[in-house]
Amino acid sequence: MQRDQVLVEVKNLKKYFPVTRGIIFQRHVGDIKAVDGISFDIRQGETLGLVGESGCGKSTTGRTILQLYRPTGGKVYFEGEDLTALKGNVLRRMRQRMQMIFQDPYASLNPRMTVGSIVGEPLEVHGVARGVEKRERVQELLQLVGLNPYFVNRYPHEFSGGQRQRIGVARALALNPSFIVCDEPISSLDVSIQAQVVNLLEDLQEQFGLTYLFIAHDLSMVRHISDRVAVMYLGKIVELTDRDSLYENPLHPYTQALLSAVPIPDPVVEETRQRIILEGDVPSPANPPRGCNFNTRCPVAMDICHQEEPEFKEVEDGHWVACYRVQ
Amino acid sequence: MTPLLEVSDLKTRFFTQDGVVYAVNGISYTLNEGETLGMVGESGCGKSVSVLSVMRLIPEPPGRIVGGEVLFEGQDLLKMSPNEIRRVRGNRIAMIFQDPMTSLNPVLTIGRQVSEALELHMGMDKAQARRRTIELLETVGIPQAADRFGDYPHQFSGGMRQRVMIAMALSCNPQILIADEPTTALDVTIQAQIIDLVKRLRDEIGMAVIWITHDLGIIAGLAEKVIVMYAGYIVERAGVKDVYGDPRHPYTMALLGSLPRLDEVRRERLTSIEGLPPDLIELPPGCPFYPRCGYRLNRCREEMPPLEPVELDHEIACWVDVKQ
Repeated sequence: MQRDQVLVEVKNLKKYFPVTRGIIFQRHVGDIKAVDGISFDIRQGETLGLVGESGCGKSTTGRTILQLYRPTGGKVYFEGEDLTALKGNVLRRMRQRMQMIFQDPYASLNPRMTVGSIVGEPLEVHGVARGVEKRERVQELLQLVGLNPYFVNRYPHEFSGGQRQRIGVARALALNPSFIVCDEPISSLDVSIQAQVVNLLEDLQEQFGLTYLFIAHDLSMVRHISDRVAVMYLGKIVELTDRDSLYENPLHPYTQALLSAVPIPDPVVEETRQRIILEGDVPSPANPPRGCNFNTRCPVAMDICHQEEPEFKEVEDGHWVACYRVQ
Repeated sequence: MTPLLEVSDLKTRFFTQDGVVYAVNGISYTLNEGETLGMVGESGCGKSVSVLSVMRLIPEPPGRIVGGEVLFEGQDLLKMSPNEIRRVRGNRIAMIFQDPMTSLNPVLTIGRQVSEALELHMGMDKAQARRRTIELLETVGIPQAADRFGDYPHQFSGGMRQRVMIAMALSCNPQILIADEPTTALDVTIQAQIIDLVKRLRDEIGMAVIWITHDLGIIAGLAEKVIVMYAGYIVERAGVKDVYGDPRHPYTMALLGSLPRLDEVRRERLTSIEGLPPDLIELPPGCPFYPRCGYRLNRCREEMPPLEPVELDHEIACWVDVKQ
């Protein structure tokens, strides 16, 4: 089987946010370890789903890859270039190739800019097009995402959530990127609109050969759209494999619990399902447990799980897990 | 058997500067003792407003319940005086809401908030109420309940706060628990804990539950009867297996078709419903789903179909028989 070319390579990525105490003299007393050493590849043309519950670090991962946050440690290679070593104009030029679609279609569009200005801004900022050329490109982009180009002079508040999300997609496509980080792009949309936006993303991917990092907590939607899926918990990746293997043969106890908790819209199936109910809450990322960070809630934790962090290993072809139970 | 709750032709509107919002447009349903009813629909369909109307929690102005009857144990809640309804609310019919951070008072300890209802409705003194509160907190799974009695809502996680809300709701042994999207803001593993808790308590106490959500997955595992709402109308009403296994209203069918399933091997494309839900201020005379419906007829644009049976215990509001 020929492997697709690797577009993005993440190596031992870390992003810590410092915790300080004191009003006049701020002492650095600790760190929120939002992303705590993760490694994976994203291949050309694929959709990699990144799932996990709130606080697991998935959004931070997306932003750190794009260098919206500079990493605390580790490396990110994009099209072979080390993004962590770039800055200023050089980094800025790279941004044409890697874009983001945000979660909140109400907060991610400037309410004081017209739709035309919002979608055209990337073209101006990067000096790619101006004047008539820019206007034409903006209209083309609006049509691509299924919006009437007549809407160019309207403001975001005049649109519905789903339409605003389309505007965000148009903006992300403006510079012909090869890679788009979709950070929970459908979570705040109604169910019947989610399908519209997902179909759009899939069509665009096919049309333009896009590569997606699809960050979400809706596991059913992730199954539909992804080729491979990575599961995060408290700053670490606990499992990574192709989509069908993850959903049909989850190996990590957290993945198993997560999947068993997702409701299925079918009463006959729900009647017979076995739920793994996890105890307690997720620990604080400022104070993760010693050893495997899942050990406080894991139904099958052993002694060693409380002492030493398990290695993230490839246990089957293309199937990576960090768990002593699986090795 | 007389139903515990009988809602007939409930109508609620909001009178705003932009016009009249037709939020709930004549809905009727019954709830029997110990039954679990699921109310499903997307945002703006009127599900929350309808139960707030039942609980007489609609702010007047701008809202007003303009018609209908809500019989609880034979008495019309809509005709009760404020004192009378206060004796029902939080006592015989309890409610839990979506965001526990905004529905819990941030300046009162959670112990105080739970014991308040006990003192008020059950006539307990402070010491009794405190003991019972700690018992309830333990029942809902708050660890070290006695120690946490004096803690404030912000000291709890989202899941724990929702448990406190459940403790409050159950404190007076209500006959009906109304849960309005209580797990929407919670992570899926925490959601599973909360649903599991409500199910257990429901079975132990034998209370009836109305669970409101847009998540069709949750309803499938929880409800016996289901109401599907759209633009303030009930469009389909049936037992849970019929709604999911044999949906007859085009909206229900489209909604189920647009959902990806966790246990499904790849489908080519999700069936999306084109267009948007209607503006409730300018509700057209006919069926509100008309512009988005794949089965529509001219009649649908002119006249709103009544809710009528297509099978035993299975009703839809539609002029079209999708089976033909």
